[in-house]
Amino acid sequence: MIRVALLVAGKDLRIEARSRVLASQVLPFGVMALVLAGLALGPARAGHSGAAPGLFYLVLLLVTLLAVGRSQSLERAAGTRASVATLGLDPAGVFLGKSAALALELVTMGLVLEALAVVMLHVALAGALVALPSVVVTLATLAAAGTLYGAIVGEGPVASTLLPVLALPAFAPLLIAGERAFSAALSRQAEARWWVITLVALAAYLAVGVLAYGVLEDS
Amino acid sequence: MHRTLARLLGPATLALLALTVWLGLVVTPPDRVQGNLARLVYVHPAVAWVALYLSFGTATIASALYLWRRTRSVTLDRVAVSAMEVSLVFIVLTLVTGSIWGRPTWGVWWAWDARLTSTAILGVLAAGYLALRRANDDPQRRATRSAVFALVAAINVPIIHFSVLWWKTLHQGATVFTANHTLKIHGLMAWTLLLSFVAFSLAYLWLLRARYRLEVARARRESDDLTAALAARVLEGRP
Amino acid sequence: MSLAGPAPTGPVVALEGAVVAHGGFPLLAGVTLELAPGTLTILRGPNGAGKTSLLRLLGGLEPLSGGRGVVAGVDLAHGDRRLLRRKVGWVGHEGSFYDDLTAEENLRFAARALGRPGAAVGPALARVGLTARAATAARRLSAGQRRRLGVAWLLVRRAELWLLDEPYAALDDEGRELVGELLVEARAAGVTIVASAHEALAFDGDREVRLAGGRVVG
Repeated sequence: MIRVALLVAGKDLRIEARSRVLASQVLPFGVMALVLAGLALGPARAGHSGAAPGLFYLVLLLVTLLAVGRSQSLERAAGTRASVATLGLDPAGVFLGKSAALALELVTMGLVLEALAVVMLHVALAGALVALPSVVVTLATLAAAGTLYGAIVGEGPVASTLLPVLALPAFAPLLIAGERAFSAALSRQAEARWWVITLVALAAYLAVGVLAYGVLEDS
Repeated sequence: MHRTLARLLGPATLALLALTVWLGLVVTPPDRVQGNLARLVYVHPAVAWVALYLSFGTATIASALYLWRRTRSVTLDRVAVSAMEVSLVFIVLTLVTGSIWGRPTWGVWWAWDARLTSTAILGVLAAGYLALRRANDDPQRRATRSAVFALVAAINVPIIHFSVLWWKTLHQGATVFTANHTLKIHGLMAWTLLLSFVAFSLAYLWLLRARYRLEVARARRESDDLTAALAARVLEGRP
Repeated sequence: MSLAGPAPTGPVVALEGAVVAHGGFPLLAGVTLELAPGTLTILRGPNGAGKTSLLRLLGGLEPLSGGRGVVAGVDLAHGDRRLLRRKVGWVGHEGSFYDDLTAEENLRFAARALGRPGAAVGPALARVGLTARAATAARRLSAGQRRRLGVAWLLVRRAELWLLDEPYAALDDEGRELVGELLVEARAAGVTIVASAHEALAFDGDREVRLAGGRVVG
């Protein structure tokens, strides 16, 4: 399982390194969404707003949706799907590998967007650094959830519109937990219970993904 | 026996609902604090019970059993979709009746109350489940994917609930359901409340059965269509 | 280079009234077919006859909607189709690769996935005449070169059943000859091969199966 996970993660990351789809399309989208968030707040509130962590996470959710779509599209071409299927890869390994690659990609984009939030939304740098571990874990959870939902949605013609409907309700608690943890970090408060939400969700998605990915692939 | 019971389900449901309406609107007195508004207590909690526990629970259990190889059957898939569809209807009813209660109580149609918010998210999950089914033509694929989704959705329910609850308590104190808690319920009112739970649960069973039969009819039609398509396909191959 | 794994005994393919339906449409309307190991079968028939669907069914890529079938020892209705897929070498008529990976990386991925040595990659590329294109991204290969890469993918693995959907599509004369040679070699090594084809082939099959209307008609 781990061998397959490493193989698949390496393949997905290598494809991103070659195609730069996330770097050249999804990340700029995230940057623009952050700018739009500032514009939506209005000139008076765009800086030093208490809403900054929430907006930051809202942008991350949108970025996640696009990144999941991209991750799933690698195997979406009918021919690729067929020939990869005949490799008979362990589905749990495929799930973990795709999740891990997606997590790494999301964390990379998340770091850039967090730095931008510090600059543009005037989020305190010290607080943003304290919040960093929670951002990383939340993004890893989003990656696992996204990969699972991507597989549930499958490769049909409506996949791109179906994914947000299915995934966003599941992303909601992660948005709340991430935002709360970030806000707590900014005001130097304890944030233990938000970690619980994120870690429980992470464990749940990893467990379901490992168990159910094969069932989804086979259907 | 079974058939007779099933046949009685509809009339019994209607009779109990009518009795609930009569007791709730005519016989029971208005509440001292909330006046006639309190009569929603004979609708809203029972509807929410059906939406969030009874039907969503049925859909979850049926989906889990479908995924388990030993108990897998099309019946479970049909029960799951039927229950989820009824659940969506009752979730919408829960939100609407909650809103009707909220407008005079809070002054707004929508409050960021924890229960209201997580119920709304649950509604999107149920709608997503039905959308997922529409997106898949193949019966086996449809059943498997929607069963996995229903199971993940069910795991999400407590996560969503607690996150919204904690989110709410950190932002502002819970003010909404204190009105509910001061409601004095006893005597006839308590019996009417209990009756409403029975009546709406029966209504759920009635709707579930009707929806299930629709699903069976649909499957039969699909099977007939496939038989016809098979015959036509074979003819294609004849010179 | 060894082309096949251990040769199975008994028929590799045994279908009885096999039906494959998608969205209510029967792609296969009751196929009965038996294929012996180490044989080369050519599927013929007009567009929409069910050639690709039959190949996909044999590869464990489509579930069986009706009838019975055993392929490479795996029951299509109740068995583990993933197990079957591992025994199958597939060349589809669409592109079959990760477009952003190079020809060599694609093969390396397949080899590692199957636990085959990376050393198998170089000879396979050489055999199909793609050594000079090893570092070219799959998307930059011509249609014919992609088809050759598909055949190299077959060579890297030890599949006991090769399924080729229109193996000649987009190939030049030299490519056709090459594929023909390889198939004949593989058959000699005990591989069972099923290929769909529209045009005349540069090799003789042991058997021609005609499909029409989702059934075997000759």
